[in-house]
Amino acid sequence: MDARRETEPAPMKNRTTTERKSDRELVVTRTFNAPARIVFEAWTKPELFKRWWVPKSMGMSLLSCEMDVRVGGKYRLVFGVGGSKVMEVFGKYIEVTPHSRLVWTNEEGDEGGAITTLTFEEMGGQTLLVKHDLYPSKEALDGELASGAADGMPEQLDQLDELLVTLGGSVGRS
Amino acid sequence: MVQYKTARLDASFAALSDATRRGVLEQLGRADASITDLAEMFRMTLTGMKKHVGVLEQAGLVTTKKVGRVRTCKLGARRLEEETAWIERHRQLWASRFDELDKVIEEQKQREMVDGRKKRD
Repeated sequence: MDARRETEPAPMKNRTTTERKSDRELVVTRTFNAPARIVFEAWTKPELFKRWWVPKSMGMSLLSCEMDVRVGGKYRLVFGVGGSKVMEVFGKYIEVTPHSRLVWTNEEGDEGGAITTLTFEEMGGQTLLVKHDLYPSKEALDGELASGAADGMPEQLDQLDELLVTLGGSVGRS
Repeated sequence: MVQYKTARLDASFAALSDATRRGVLEQLGRADASITDLAEMFRMTLTGMKKHVGVLEQAGLVTTKKVGRVRTCKLGARRLEEETAWIERHRQLWASRFDELDKVIEEQKQREMVDGRKKRD
């Protein structure tokens, strides 16, 4: 199984950083090798967005994705496991500046969620993306981080899968 | 080292997978409490709460100390470390998302180049 990892090509990936800037702020940054226009489109066209938002390691799929990208327009993403709905996230866009800035609300929380600000800064054909989440309170961000423990689940399930393969393999052989 | 870290994270995530235990951590974030207090707050038996606290203690998220007949619980020193771990998990989620986004962007770039050529022809 390790051999598989070794034979995979090592593409040049840009580094993703995450930092808690303050009690209420969480910031993610990443550089993309493309002009801001293309990166912006991947965030605002559902047919493109759908293709990257849910990586396999999340263990979920995107059942539907609606986005009305204009000031006051709404978005709604529905996630599922095996075709049945497990959660949805929704909110509205409060600022839309093509190719440079997007701001939206996250309304799925109990008492008003974070405000997300995305900025796209183009430099020499590359784009620096900064995603800034401002939470209504320290407790709200603490809670988000605590529930983030669930992010560990898919990896744990992968480990289980590997274990099952190993077990299955040895059963088959004996 | 990596395995040791993974085992510790697994213990933490297992400890945090339960709503009551997350509630206990939140409560202890506000003030230390005895197991009896916690059992009352979460409306469960003393035995049930002892089990939950035991899991949190094993994961290093809570420490307990017995004075006389009362066992007092407080947040373990690992709380801050856990936050760092959570942020790293968050980073990994975004990193894998962005790796997928790279592929989409690359395709769009190729498409534009082809379209551009067509227009010039």
